[in-house]
Amino acid sequence: MEIALEAEQLGKRYGRTWALRDCSLRLPTGRIAALVGPNGAGKSTLLHLAVGLLRPDAGAVRVFGESPYGNPAVLPEIGFVAQDTPLYRDFTAAELVHLGGRMNKRWDAALARNRLAQLGIPPNLPVGKLSGGQRAQVALALALAKRPRLLLLDEPVASLDPLARREFLQSLMGSVAESETTVLLSSHLLADLERICDYLIVLHAARVQLAGPVDDLVEAHRQLIGPRHGDGPISGVAGVVRASHTARQSTLLVRTDGQAVDPEWAVHDVTLEDLILAYLADGETTVSHTAWEVPA
Amino acid sequence: MIEFVLDGRSKVNTYVQLIQQVKQALRVGLLTPGDQLPKVRDVAQSLAINPNTVLKAYRELEIEGLVEGRPGVGTFVRRTLAGSALANQAELREELVAWLRRARAAGLTPEDVTALVETTMRAALAAETPRTEPASAG
Repeated sequence: MEIALEAEQLGKRYGRTWALRDCSLRLPTGRIAALVGPNGAGKSTLLHLAVGLLRPDAGAVRVFGESPYGNPAVLPEIGFVAQDTPLYRDFTAAELVHLGGRMNKRWDAALARNRLAQLGIPPNLPVGKLSGGQRAQVALALALAKRPRLLLLDEPVASLDPLARREFLQSLMGSVAESETTVLLSSHLLADLERICDYLIVLHAARVQLAGPVDDLVEAHRQLIGPRHGDGPISGVAGVVRASHTARQSTLLVRTDGQAVDPEWAVHDVTLEDLILAYLADGETTVSHTAWEVPA
Repeated sequence: MIEFVLDGRSKVNTYVQLIQQVKQALRVGLLTPGDQLPKVRDVAQSLAINPNTVLKAYRELEIEGLVEGRPGVGTFVRRTLAGSALANQAELREELVAWLRRARAAGLTPEDVTALVETTMRAALAAETPRTEPASAG
């Protein structure tokens, strides 16, 4: 199994604040991975480290085995669409395709032109005059024209209306199917991610809370509903991710250990969305309780 | 060629939904041996889903012997699920339509009909199963 992106104890600090800390993960090739976490969790920092725009302050990040920072050998393998799809707004889409050809060794201008023609993007209007959805499509077409083996997208659909979002994801999935590119995209839109991603990375408060193939993660977690529960161990449960209680009843999201769960509990499957929300909420309470110096 | 539709609210896994739709099409004769399934790329694009999900569904159908993948060409139907049941369907359907009319005249709502069909089917199947099992328990 080849690894597209690997981080080892990776850290990045701005002044005294760690934006990303002890980040370790291995993303195999051929995956479409979701990078999830609240604003400020370190998602953009991780993506910028992966594309070589930032230098790590601790640990290492490798793309296809190579460190991307200041390394022209690996940069052609990486496509990157930054947040809000920044483009030179006075340039037309046709000019940007031409410019890309001048700035990249490997460049498939025909691929970009075909895509943009299919999408009905006008070639001779400054991209600043296009709609947000069209601009996002131009940015994606430019990133794909590099024929990257790893495509990084920072909240590509956050500012798009539902129709443009759908169209963007359709073209992304269509081109991934053709090119077998590994994709890592950050997003807040959990419903989209459920359909698109087969690998999940949850970041919270600068740390990785959860990472792995979606099927394995979903399979390893269950929701339990049963009588009010204290702190004791439950058979079949390896760890409690999130618990909420009423006077008589407890609802737990747990990691199972593969054995049968204590029949006292009603056991339900979880969705990817349940899982993400549980891990994010878990990080939330830990941080706020420590910060406020009150018992959790 | 069939077109896949996803139920976004369904709890059923996406790849399972795709498998179910192919099987449904095989059952009603919408797909017959030799027919091609939509290309992975086209399904991924039109539904905006992970191409690996489509591959997984097609692989599963291949393992069941229902379809076969021809490298570089596509995925094709190998056998049908309709069988002799398909020939009888038209007649059964007519009877069902007549019955539904009677049910409606008797004041049953569509929900009442569904509930009645489901409970009757469960009861009828439960009553039939023991007979098909070998009588070894004695």
